[in-house]
Amino acid sequence: MLRDITLGQYYQTDSVIHRLDPRVKLSGTILFILSLFFFKNYIGYLVAAAFLALVIKLSHVPFKFMIKGMKAIVFLLAITVCFNLFLTPGETLVALGKLTITKEGLSAAITMAVRLSMLIIGSSIMTLTTTPNHLTDGMEKGLRPLKKLHVPVHEIAMMMSIALRFIPILMEETDKIMKAQMARGADFESGSLIRRAKAMVPLLVPLFISAFRRANDLAMAMEARCYRGGEGRTKMKPLVYGKRDHLAYLSLLVYMIVSICLGRLSVPGIF
Amino acid sequence: MPITLEHVSLIYDQDTPHSITALDDVSLEIPDGQFIGIIGHTGSGKSTLVQHLNGLIKCTSGTICFNGQNVDEKGFDKKMLRSKVGLVFQYPEHQLFEIDVFSDVCFGPKNLGLPQEEIEARAKEALQSVGLSEEFYKQSPFELSGGQKRRVAIAGVLAMKPQILILDEPTAGLDPQGRTEILELIKEMQIKTGMTILLVSHSMDDVAEYVDRIIVMNHGKVMFDDAPKAVFQHHEELEQIGLSAPQVTYICHRLKEQGLDVDTDVTTLSEAVDSIYHALQPGTPRAENGL
Amino acid sequence: MEIIRAKDVTYEYSKRDEEGNEIGVNTAVNQVSLEVRQGDFIAILGHNGSGKSTLAKHINAILTPTEGTVVVDGMDTRDEEKVWQIRQTAGMVFQNPDNQIIGQIVEEDVGFGPENMGVPTKEIWERVEESLKAVGMYGYRLHSPNKLSGGQKQRVSIAGVLAMHPKCIILDEPTAMLDPNGRKEVIRAARALNDVEGITIILITHYMEEIIHADRVFVMDQGKIAMQGTPKEVFSRVEELQRLRLDVPQVTLVAYELQKRGIPLPDGILTVDELAEALAAVRAKNLESGKV
Repeated sequence: MLRDITLGQYYQTDSVIHRLDPRVKLSGTILFILSLFFFKNYIGYLVAAAFLALVIKLSHVPFKFMIKGMKAIVFLLAITVCFNLFLTPGETLVALGKLTITKEGLSAAITMAVRLSMLIIGSSIMTLTTTPNHLTDGMEKGLRPLKKLHVPVHEIAMMMSIALRFIPILMEETDKIMKAQMARGADFESGSLIRRAKAMVPLLVPLFISAFRRANDLAMAMEARCYRGGEGRTKMKPLVYGKRDHLAYLSLLVYMIVSICLGRLSVPGIF
Repeated sequence: MPITLEHVSLIYDQDTPHSITALDDVSLEIPDGQFIGIIGHTGSGKSTLVQHLNGLIKCTSGTICFNGQNVDEKGFDKKMLRSKVGLVFQYPEHQLFEIDVFSDVCFGPKNLGLPQEEIEARAKEALQSVGLSEEFYKQSPFELSGGQKRRVAIAGVLAMKPQILILDEPTAGLDPQGRTEILELIKEMQIKTGMTILLVSHSMDDVAEYVDRIIVMNHGKVMFDDAPKAVFQHHEELEQIGLSAPQVTYICHRLKEQGLDVDTDVTTLSEAVDSIYHALQPGTPRAENGL
Repeated sequence: MEIIRAKDVTYEYSKRDEEGNEIGVNTAVNQVSLEVRQGDFIAILGHNGSGKSTLAKHINAILTPTEGTVVVDGMDTRDEEKVWQIRQTAGMVFQNPDNQIIGQIVEEDVGFGPENMGVPTKEIWERVEESLKAVGMYGYRLHSPNKLSGGQKQRVSIAGVLAMHPKCIILDEPTAMLDPNGRKEVIRAARALNDVEGITIILITHYMEEIIHADRVFVMDQGKIAMQGTPKEVFSRVEELQRLRLDVPQVTLVAYELQKRGIPLPDGILTVDELAEALAAVRAKNLESGKV
């Protein structure tokens, strides 16, 4: 059931990628995603794939584990591919009744599929190798300039990290509540859309009540441990760039230059 | 309506490196009218086991038969099963959601598609049998005390008129008085209705005084399945898996070691007191004791 | 020296109807006075709703009294400038293990308190290490709290408080949601802190077997202190405890019932050993008188 969703959950192991500064991983991910939208030919994607493969190899996260987590979004991927495949006008390749597959459509669908999967794998490497806490730390520090514009950077980061901590707990709780209501004959799976929406009430009410109670408890526990906002706080794991991080930035730069230059060359396409 | 389990196993993530065996070859017979305690520490598989009995979890292998019918067969009416095998979960907070107590208890029978009159009649009856009077009907279930919430939750399942009632840790989080009250209530219901009751607990003290039979679970397996007195004879093995026999059993074993002629198979307080008292009377032959 | 002095503490809160109008006042704690010496192991007992948790929340300034005063290590809890210092001095562990762990990794959670206090990074690491070792959870420092058992989670919570270097730790029903194994783990950890580190422990519970080793016991009922004394003194008043909706350990009950039937046993027997000894004495006497 719900426990199967592993998309982007932290995978505990030790690797170069795990030890990188989260700011490097954050900007790396953003740059990588950006690069995917610059490519005009398959060479760019090949370079990106090679780069991705290298990072996966270095991260020591089993590829199987990554793919397992992606199951949840295969559906999304399939829809996007179908849309591109059938709805792009152009030179007809195959006609299935009213539906036609065009040459352009096929090419767009493949590009889209490749781009999306790389995007997802790329960003999941970040979350797989960075603890959410580390990640929020990275965001907090990386976004610090925004503080001058009165953006509550620390508070946002703290909220995110608490949310991430409680997601698995609330998922488990949802599972339990569902079972408790099913034991009383509740049916979450059949009926019209309205009936199904109505059936959610016995699930959502206990879930919200519990979430509020937890929030209340947690606020008290945080106060009891002297939490009073970001002012005057020290860090157990302060972020300091090391040699490794500078090297990583350098490799990123090299990747960006190489992939974009090659990716924008006009070479004959596969089709 | 008896339930039989034959070689039931449940394995999560089968055929992967992190596969977990939650239940391991469990075979059980649950005849009508018994009061059974299922004991085990957290993670022993006891809660998983009972969720099989009303079809909330499907086993990986083995068969579960309700009244002779295989519950995993195609076309088996799971909704009927859930109304016949009522399961009350550990925390009432997981099921209470309606505006008032009465509507919450109506939720179960309503799902069975019964006529309104019948629904209300059942809710009234259920609330009565858990000892909640009419003054509670219009109260919000969230403003009740822990013990009262627990009663509403039990009533919510009773209103479906189950023939088998399973209670998962019904005393968790209650204070001693609340604990005794709930257990007394369950015992009373059992005597009055002759319903089969399964009480899941991690506390031997909770069940020893009430049940006819104890099933001890450990690592997903049935470790013991016998009358309480017989199970507590294994108190040393129980200790090893983090469970313990009632304290009076230890007291009597200890006194016996010291040479006092007491029964070592006592499980309740009054039995222990009787047995010690008579053992202390010089010259009283043991055969006349207690009984 | 007294670390905690509560004098005539009363805590009231108003009951409101659905429109938010005040319809009455509830008194959760009523004229309670108690003193706790540095290094003591104190237990506060009471059934649900007896006011014991409300009282506990006064000790680290989460609540302040409506009337009366609470002084922690010389600091009045109503003094707003001292609030953070009071919370450092008297740390608190709550009932629900899931709702008090903030970090996603055990060691990060234990570091949360010192981070808030502004402790330098290097020292945070030292404190985290020693605290986790003190509760026997050092081997789990890189685990996710979600994968731990209830007892382990509570030990992490205790370590989280310990890392703030408190003089006193208040445990507010830390075992209510745990199974017997977890309960033992937590109580063992609390006792070790008291014995080894000399930290004052205030344990709030309704499990009688957890307080047998306490130095002093307070029993609360309806917001007041109904009984107090050593465990022995308190447990010798079986009928009174039962009237206050509390359990008595089975050994004590067996001894009490035997006493009622005329067996001459001392009051307040708490352990199986004590009972065995007392009964042996009775038998020796019986044999003697039998010979005569």
